[in-house]
Amino acid sequence: MEGDIVQMGAYIGAGLACMGMGGAAVGVGNIVGNFLSGALRNPSAAGGQTAMLFIGIAFAEAFGIFSFLVALLLMFAV
Amino acid sequence: MAADAQPEALEFYPMKQFALEPLFGQGEIHWYTPTNATLWMGLAILTITLLLVVGTRRRAIVPSRTQSIGELAYGFVHKMVEDVAGKEGLKYFPYIMTLFMFIVTANFLGLIPMSFSVTSHIAVTVVMALMVFVSVTLIGFFKHGIGFLKLFWVSSAPAALRPVLAVIEVISYFVRPVSHSIRLAGNVMAGHAVIKVFATFGGIALITPLSLVGIVAIFAMDVLVAFIQAYVFTILTCVYLKDALHPAH
Amino acid sequence: MAKPTTEISGQAGDALAGYGGKAAQEAGMPQLDFATYPNQIFWLLVTLVVIYFILNRLALPRIASVLAERQDTITGDLAMAEELKRKAAEAEEAYNRALAEARAEAQKVVAENKARIQAELDEAIARADAEIAARSAESEAKIAEIRKGAMDAVKEVATATAKEIVAAFGVKADGRTIGRAVSERLKG
Repeated sequence: MEGDIVQMGAYIGAGLACMGMGGAAVGVGNIVGNFLSGALRNPSAAGGQTAMLFIGIAFAEAFGIFSFLVALLLMFAV
Repeated sequence: MAADAQPEALEFYPMKQFALEPLFGQGEIHWYTPTNATLWMGLAILTITLLLVVGTRRRAIVPSRTQSIGELAYGFVHKMVEDVAGKEGLKYFPYIMTLFMFIVTANFLGLIPMSFSVTSHIAVTVVMALMVFVSVTLIGFFKHGIGFLKLFWVSSAPAALRPVLAVIEVISYFVRPVSHSIRLAGNVMAGHAVIKVFATFGGIALITPLSLVGIVAIFAMDVLVAFIQAYVFTILTCVYLKDALHPAH
Repeated sequence: MAKPTTEISGQAGDALAGYGGKAAQEAGMPQLDFATYPNQIFWLLVTLVVIYFILNRLALPRIASVLAERQDTITGDLAMAEELKRKAAEAEEAYNRALAEARAEAQKVVAENKARIQAELDEAIARADAEIAARSAESEAKIAEIRKGAMDAVKEVATATAKEIVAAFGVKADGRTIGRAVSERLKG
């Protein structure tokens, strides 16, 4: 019984942790959207900034991956 | 009861694909045991050799297809290192190229059905990230001595804020290898696990077509992710290298 | 339609049950199985070292040399193209110069010819003029002579006629007087 409750808590926690991925999605969308609106205003400068774009995406996405990792840990490791 | 009748029905093992098994027979995995990870790492070496050594053996001025792929990879990483880390960074180009080629081939080999994704393992990515972290830190201290610590002292900020920022900078510096490694492993793992979950749902006849479409879509995204994550890992390595070469803000 | 629905829900329920129990313990997260870490790290290091040596010894110098060679070839080709272009421009210039020269020569020849022809023409005209003048003078002289001859003849005829007429009137006229009168009348 106790183990079941722990399991249930872990699953609920995993589900909640997955909400963090939504935040990462918002962040990545924000970065790309702003990049695009900037790039459309000044297309000549956009080419040199793609590296920055990907670095930004990587940083924003890292936190989504962290939340995914927390979910996985709750599912399989706890 | 129903589980007894259909034992395989919808049992999710999204993580089973990442399990390490000895290549020959069963038994404990020692540090030297050849496992499926070893096999796929070896295949990665083979692929890289085919692409970059065998493909370029004719040294053609007008390249063949394989040779132009090799040259493309070379030019891509070379330009990245030069753009991000500067001319001094080119000294470390072979190391960065090694990392990039390994990650990108391992990622793409991992996309082959029934294969094993080496880069989905935190052990692998953490080692690579730590290698980058340690060597970048050492390069920083060898090049600038104690001046490397200026990296944490944001001289453009107001004086009162600087200690606070220094603490944040130090923390973010030490979080680097964590995010650097987890990002790669997490992305690869997530893509593969999601494919597996979709595939498991395919066991229900009604959902099978939907599940197939889902698998195709996720697979397409995984192809993208396989490249982008290798790119991101490499470009972050270049960024860290740039911080070590030019620490002042 | 009811049957598959119940079946699905039954399956899903079983799956969830199996998920929590068997799956979690058996599969777990292989990534967190620390017993396999030394193995993976060992083979990873081996792999990276092998890749590094393959790249550093074979692939990268070769690709770098191929790229450099291609750059050289392209630069050489560009230089050659530049050279050819320069030569073509030179040839065109020479052609234009030759053309201009030829044109000038032709113009000179034409002018020369024109001048010569003009001179010849002038000479011919002058000669013709002279001849015409000479001829006309000669003709004039001849005409004058003829006129003079005619005048003499007229005088002679008139004198004779006058003498005859006078004789016919019955007057004996002196020949010298008649001649004087005729020449006076002719003059007047």
